[in-house]
Amino acid sequence: MSTGVLRRRSAEIEAVAGITFAVEQGELFGLLGPNGAGKTTTIKVFTTLLLPTSGAARVLGLDVVSDTSQVRRKIGFVFGGDRGLYDRISGLDNLRFFAELYGVPVGEQRRRIESLLELVGLRGRERERVEGYSRGMRQRLHIARGLLHDPPVLFLDEPTLGVDPVGARELRDVIADLTAAGKTVLLTTHYMFEADALCDRIAVIAGGRIVAEGTPQELKAGVSEARVIEIEVFGDAEGPAAAMRTLPGVRAVTVTTRDQAQLITAETDPGAELTPALLAQVDGAAVGRVAVRETTLEDAYVALVREA
Amino acid sequence: MRVLRVVLACWWLNLKNLSRSAFFLLTAVLAPVLLSTIAFYMFQAGGRPGTLLYAALGSAVYGIWSSTLFGSGGAIQWQRWGGTLGLLVASPAPFVFAVAGFTLATATLGVYSLVATLAWGTLLFDVPLHLAHPALFAVAIPVTVLSLGLLGLVFASSFVLYRNANALSNMLEYAVLLVTGMLVPLSLLPGWVAPIAWVLAPTWGIRAIRDAALGGDPVFAIAMALALAGVYLILGAVLIANLERLARQRGTLSLA
Repeated sequence: MSTGVLRRRSAEIEAVAGITFAVEQGELFGLLGPNGAGKTTTIKVFTTLLLPTSGAARVLGLDVVSDTSQVRRKIGFVFGGDRGLYDRISGLDNLRFFAELYGVPVGEQRRRIESLLELVGLRGRERERVEGYSRGMRQRLHIARGLLHDPPVLFLDEPTLGVDPVGARELRDVIADLTAAGKTVLLTTHYMFEADALCDRIAVIAGGRIVAEGTPQELKAGVSEARVIEIEVFGDAEGPAAAMRTLPGVRAVTVTTRDQAQLITAETDPGAELTPALLAQVDGAAVGRVAVRETTLEDAYVALVREA
Repeated sequence: MRVLRVVLACWWLNLKNLSRSAFFLLTAVLAPVLLSTIAFYMFQAGGRPGTLLYAALGSAVYGIWSSTLFGSGGAIQWQRWGGTLGLLVASPAPFVFAVAGFTLATATLGVYSLVATLAWGTLLFDVPLHLAHPALFAVAIPVTVLSLGLLGLVFASSFVLYRNANALSNMLEYAVLLVTGMLVPLSLLPGWVAPIAWVLAPTWGIRAIRDAALGGDPVFAIAMALALAGVYLILGAVLIANLERLARQRGTLSLA
């Protein structure tokens, strides 16, 4: 799966402003970026739902514009969310229907559907109407649907969106098993720990352009020259944060609210021991937990998107 | 064979899906019953009680037409709302045959209307249910369903690109009812209506069903309905292929 210089232009917005990337066979490749960055547009081009205004996109060497029907046979795709299923009929009927659309031989349908129900953990619930399914069950049914014709390439667009933590963890196990089974997967997600745990390589896309590409470790290394100090504050945090930003050696400071507390996250130059100086800025507010931690993929992502 | 399987799968899915929609069923059953009631009173008031079966059959075909028109637009629009339109288009199944399966299902559900109208007429208005050519009547009904379903395919194509094509389908419902002779004989309408009526399958469908029921030669009308079904399939295929490409250019396939 690879792109040439891919462009998608409309009258008002250039959704994807010329991106190039290649995904190796058997790789789980993550496409990360803020809302409106162009991730879904890119996936729609690959899944033949959208024609690029210029450039080229290829799946297994097949061009998505000129070899459309061959591409459609080779790919499966799963979009996150409640939609994309026939609610008034059972999960089993949904799978049977899509098996017919994808031309799965009749003799194989039953075996394939049974093994997929087993894989996604829906065995025993398949005869219930989909309208009664939870978000997690729907998402699992989506994945089973996307795998019905045993495609070598899979596109997963926010597959764990809105799924509860336990359900999301189970879905991640299913996704990890896909690459173990030799599938090539392109995944988009807003959950950085998910991308960190699953992806072999990641591209960060912002404003329709790829701003970084590499393994999760490489992306983290890009900002790991920094130290991250977290200070939990009960009271005003914006004032101290503004003062911290003026300190030499401090690269960035963010404030997030966590229940009753505010969490100040300060990114500092490596080697500089700034914890006492930072704490000195917290004047008149109670300080809770103070921690110095490793850079996460989320830190790297935030830094990359900010710079873009 | 592959194409037939796609048509059958979509036909069966939509039949099952819509059979569980109280709104769709109520509309399909109530609208023709109300129309037939008005028609029965009109024909009785006109002192022509012998034409009650004529009126009943007209109302019944109207039911199939109404269900087809409502459902064929819906076949695309509901899929767009439900997020399944993109999945259909991006599957390797030929999209035109998938849509044909959906629109044929809505025409098939219109048979509910036919049964409801005839039962209503027989029970409340003593409409005689004597069929002159029962075998041809049995052929005329599926041929009418097929031709109307494929006419629905032509209308459905507009929904692939335009999200608000409902305005077109709503406008067409009564216009087609009038110009195809479902309610009043074509001979009573102005001459310029005839060419329009000839290219519309309901004209031949109602003629075939009435000739088979009331006595006459329905074979020509059946043949015309079948020929038009073929024309609609070709026209629908060309339209859908072009409109699907346009929709992929404009990115409107997944917009609700």
